[in-house]
Amino acid sequence: MRPDDQALRLPLPTDSPLEPPAEWERLRRQCPVATVELPSGDRAAFLTRYDHVKALLTDARFTRPKAGDGAARIAPEGVGGPAADGDGALTLPDRGEPHQRWRRQVGKYFTAKRMTALRPGMVRTAEHLVDEMIRRGRPGDLKAGLGFPLPVYVICDILGVPAEDRDRFSHWSDAFLNVTRFSGEHTRAAHDEFVAYMSAHIEAIRARPGDDLLGMLVKERETDGEGLSDQELIATGMGLLVAGHETTANMIGKMVSLLLADRGRWEGLLADPSLVRTAVEESLRFDANLGFGMRRYLTEDVEIDGELLPSGTTVVCSMPAANRDERAFADADRMDLTRSPNPHLTFGAGPHSCLGQALARTELQVALEVLLRKLPTLRLAVPAEELPRVQGLLVGGLSAVPVTW
Amino acid sequence: MKVSVDQDRCCGAGQCVLTAPEVFDQRDDDGVVVLLDERPAPDRHASVREAAAVCPAAAITVTEEPDA
Repeated sequence: MRPDDQALRLPLPTDSPLEPPAEWERLRRQCPVATVELPSGDRAAFLTRYDHVKALLTDARFTRPKAGDGAARIAPEGVGGPAADGDGALTLPDRGEPHQRWRRQVGKYFTAKRMTALRPGMVRTAEHLVDEMIRRGRPGDLKAGLGFPLPVYVICDILGVPAEDRDRFSHWSDAFLNVTRFSGEHTRAAHDEFVAYMSAHIEAIRARPGDDLLGMLVKERETDGEGLSDQELIATGMGLLVAGHETTANMIGKMVSLLLADRGRWEGLLADPSLVRTAVEESLRFDANLGFGMRRYLTEDVEIDGELLPSGTTVVCSMPAANRDERAFADADRMDLTRSPNPHLTFGAGPHSCLGQALARTELQVALEVLLRKLPTLRLAVPAEELPRVQGLLVGGLSAVPVTW
Repeated sequence: MKVSVDQDRCCGAGQCVLTAPEVFDQRDDDGVVVLLDERPAPDRHASVREAAAVCPAAAITVTEEPDA
């Protein structure tokens, strides 16, 4: 990465909503440490090879940029949500031992066993949502009918917040994650409302803590005095509510679209539903619309691919480009529903890898199983090239998935 | 085959428990990996190798032993 390089602009263009940008292949081959220009006009280093992305994501020395780092911003000043540029008031420990302590305190609610215990309830919710979709008649929108509501119901249940408020969460998380649609003023207003809502919710829990995640965290603090502070509880609740539905809602829509875009894939699953687990992992690997990639702010010099990236550099790690790296995956551009092992980087890697990944995996498996069972004749109602994309979100996805059956 | 885990590196993703539940578990009080079987039977080797390969924290080490 040299200052005089012609910088590529992110996000890179693609021909079709489910296809990766052609540029990824060239970058991995010729320019694995590229200079890119973000929508803010700021420059960053862009990594596209599996080994490089994984090495940087697992490097415990570096984390996401914080406000005040002077890191490259995604969106221009005054635009975009707190997720784009960090937020000063509500922060969680983001590195080292304090981060690990927070993560383990919260992470124990997302163990594989707990998710297995939640599974029957998720199946009932998914079945009910699919029945409703069938009742409304075809064609339908799989995103509105199942992809969005399923993870919202599940995360609301885990956090103990009322699912009736889901439209408000959706609005707040949109403002939180959208880097182009809203003005800075609008985003701040949404953020303040969200903080007020979550503060009131935590006050209510304190009076009568239940067995949900936030209730347990409050109880822990009161019994052993080692729990999270008020600010941390609010930030945890907000973070989980946003992360817990937006990403999975998008992924359900993209997974089903990828599987239906080539009918052979769907039929393969109908013939052998035991492939659901590996099919979910392969959909996660194959998804080209993960959004921006993960930023890391370098607080020390780092050498990548023989190139010195100086301290103060902002690096954008493209997990979806790394997931298509032939050096790591045989036939990387082929969607293989039996691929195993599948060490994709969609949930990141290392100490900051997705806290809710067991939850996301379970929700995706449940959504797919229920659809295969209840709607075996499911198909896209528009050509895959015409699927409408979400614009401006840090989390990439489809705004609707028109289907019929 | 000999298996070892690094509890300090573990990020609690639970992939090992989902992949090889007879060999790995997670502690209830913090989600950290617990090794149930250091020398798993041969019919579990494939799933243990997969668990090690997909662990996002690279916290599982598998040592292959020719006679095991």
